[in-house]
Amino acid sequence: MAARDQHGIGAPWGDAAAGDPANRAFQVVGKPHRKIDGLAKATGRAQYADDLVLPGMLHAKTLRSPHAHAMIVAIDASKAKALPGVHAVITGADLPIKYGVIPWTQDEHALALDKVRFIGDEVAAVAAIDEDTANAALKLIRVEYEPLHAFLDPRESLARPEPKIHEESKTGNVSKHVDLAFGDVDAALASAEVVVEGDYVFHGTTHAAIEPHCAVAQFSAEGRLTVWSSTQITHYVHRALAKVLELPIQKIRVVQPALGGAFGGKSDPFSLEFCVAKLAMFTGRPVKMLYTREEVFYCHRGRHPMKLRYRTAASKDGKIDAVDAKILIDGGSYSSFGLVTTYYSGQLLTGPYHFPTYRFDSTRVFTNKPPCGPKRGHGSVQPRFAFEVQLDELAEKLALDPIELRRRNFQGDFTRTVNGQRITSNGFLACLDEVERASGWRARRAKLGRGRGLGVAGSMYISGTNYPVYPNKMPQAGIQLAVERSGRVTVFTGSNDIGQGSNSMVAYVVAEELGMDVADIRVVAADTDLVPVDLGAYSSRVTFMVGNATIDAARKLRTQIAGAVAKEWQIDAARVRMGNGKVFDLDSTERCITTAEAFQIAEARCDTLGATGSYNTPTLGGDYRGGTIGASPAYSFTAHVVEASVDVETGRITCHKVWIAHDCGRALNPMLVAGQMEGSAYMGIAEALLEDHGVNRFGLHAGPSLLDYRIPTSVDTPELRR
Amino acid sequence: MRVLHLLINGDRVTVAAPEHWTLLEVLRYELGLTGSKQGCDKGDCGACTVLVDGKPVLACLTLAALCEERAVTTIEGLLPAHVKSGGSGPDPVQAAFDECGALQCGFCQPGMMLSARALLDRNACPTRTEIQDALAGNLCRCTGYTQIVEAVELAVAKHCGVAPRRPGSARPRGRSRPPPRRA
Repeated sequence: MAARDQHGIGAPWGDAAAGDPANRAFQVVGKPHRKIDGLAKATGRAQYADDLVLPGMLHAKTLRSPHAHAMIVAIDASKAKALPGVHAVITGADLPIKYGVIPWTQDEHALALDKVRFIGDEVAAVAAIDEDTANAALKLIRVEYEPLHAFLDPRESLARPEPKIHEESKTGNVSKHVDLAFGDVDAALASAEVVVEGDYVFHGTTHAAIEPHCAVAQFSAEGRLTVWSSTQITHYVHRALAKVLELPIQKIRVVQPALGGAFGGKSDPFSLEFCVAKLAMFTGRPVKMLYTREEVFYCHRGRHPMKLRYRTAASKDGKIDAVDAKILIDGGSYSSFGLVTTYYSGQLLTGPYHFPTYRFDSTRVFTNKPPCGPKRGHGSVQPRFAFEVQLDELAEKLALDPIELRRRNFQGDFTRTVNGQRITSNGFLACLDEVERASGWRARRAKLGRGRGLGVAGSMYISGTNYPVYPNKMPQAGIQLAVERSGRVTVFTGSNDIGQGSNSMVAYVVAEELGMDVADIRVVAADTDLVPVDLGAYSSRVTFMVGNATIDAARKLRTQIAGAVAKEWQIDAARVRMGNGKVFDLDSTERCITTAEAFQIAEARCDTLGATGSYNTPTLGGDYRGGTIGASPAYSFTAHVVEASVDVETGRITCHKVWIAHDCGRALNPMLVAGQMEGSAYMGIAEALLEDHGVNRFGLHAGPSLLDYRIPTSVDTPELRR
Repeated sequence: MRVLHLLINGDRVTVAAPEHWTLLEVLRYELGLTGSKQGCDKGDCGACTVLVDGKPVLACLTLAALCEERAVTTIEGLLPAHVKSGGSGPDPVQAAFDECGALQCGFCQPGMMLSARALLDRNACPTRTEIQDALAGNLCRCTGYTQIVEAVELAVAKHCGVAPRRPGSARPRGRSRPPPRRA
């Protein structure tokens, strides 16, 4: 085990001095505190990337491919360069180094070098005095293409290795293949009392965060580069910029301003970050690039379309014997996180139900479509949809209540999954009970009349991946605390607040641990010049990992302060307590000073005050190739019941109400947790009923606008009850 | 270029801008009022919503030249207007959004709050359905709208001096108790 397991150096509720852990009285945690940036956002003062304006700033635009698959024969940018107001034009030759978020599958160029792989692939970028001039310059760039056969059907990519979408591929147009078996699935299928099988299709969807991607770069006379970007992973952008631009990483600063939604769609390094940086270096002026909404749809990285085939074997009493999956994944034109997606499509299904035997065979192929990547519930939503439908089919076949069937297959807590993942606490049964009760399931199911009914589904998801995308032994999350003698603590964190409230979360944790008012905590986040490394906002890792790092740092600081106060008062340090903005003697509570006074005592006795903390994962995962993918220090569990009706003449489905229950562990702020529960249920309903990120027979996006891509409005969204 | 005489958040301002510029461009690029957001630039998302003579309009589809001599309210104008009218701090809609956790990424919210403000100005006690209808032009991708609707209901309740229809909506309900833990 690593130095710190899943609850840091000691869980807050395990604090022996606080008495019975179950009764520990939290002062901050568990209460619906406002977000520390709530009013800044409510009053329009929060600064997002596109709100930044630097003196002398140029505006950049990208020229994109009109072909789904083509060789670039020649590019002539001379006329564009000659246009008054144009300061620089760059093409693939200016940024020839490949990148990609997964080190083993780096296959992207900031601008296409020799070929384009989807309609919308980046070909050239222009920096000009304003957007209109930049757009005019794009029209003057002549690109000669030699079209190639375009793959738009993943089955064709699987069957036909030539022409290769990526020439360097050793596996034709296959991006990744994973075939893992746990136990004797064939024997279990052969001897099973019941087998259900079926084919399922999950179409693609995209994130559609309301803020389009935007980046601003400045290159100083000293040779230092600063990039402000609407990214959800500052650290990976930082590394990618250093690689592609061939700059020492310590000369690069990446800052994430306020972020207008991400959902996984801002996890990859994007072309615009490299382009603004290069253009700023070429021109000596700050450069901004803001994607249009249409460009956001093309740069995509959304949910992979999947064709899934499942066979589930069970006994007559509904106990699962075996699950066998074969999955074809449409990856689009680049790898992105696809290696992980391919593993996740199988590895994350092994809870909250017990699988005695399990096998999956997942193949991700390249197609000439916008590249797919991670979207909320990365890699797990599509298999989950198929398998939960299969469970319903099994329940029907066995004349069992669908909730009862799920209960019978509950995997239990403090156990291991069939693929070797460690499960700790598991509240799935309580989640099922809650949605069953709240929805009136027993009284109402199958009694709502023709075309209307209730449905249930369960799931689990990781709390961060156990291993970073580039192997290293350093902490996944680091925190620094700086103490000011006025009674203020500043937290420095590399984590990315993408709207989920992670900056508020670290403030709550510090306030809890030091007994302070949340208003006296400042948070400096996601600025690589100022903060320790954190791996960013992806795979649902932030509250767990950054929260534990914050606990670690805050406790070190508390020990220091309590020790100094104890010496001052000449008492045992165990008697010094911090709470409600005060520091007091537990045995003599009238001896009480403010936190600020305690800071001053500690500063006088110790030195300038501060502390660091970190979180790293324990050694986890199955002992086989790929066994660490899907390993997480903790899993969350959920059950949903939906009431829906179908118009039997038109087939139109209406979702009326969703009951949601999550076991997320302790809710540090239940109001923010409720927002995540509702937001994810909303997105799930949207994906099931409305959204479709499709392309037409030329590979052209079917409707790259927020009107044509149907996302629910306030009147389309069903009642969500948590 | 064209010289525009505008009335923005109660201030008379004169700016020069290209004839074809939208109100959103003038607000963001000329006046530094970046609280109005550009989410799509084609009238689909509602993030750019501002009030013109008290009515919500899409600033990205409104020519700035057509707004001369009309009163424009942006998100930056709500708090000062509230203070000017004798209140303290942010507009009750802004305060309620903050209190209810309705602000996640916050990008759609300036437009959302102005749509809500316009609704409450013409109908002080709207029903839940009326609130949902009034906000239907503002897409939010984070919240699922529940906490947003609850925030508007809280603002209504505070204005009318009655308890919200679903009391404690700013506080967690149902799942608020700590989830089940096992030893």
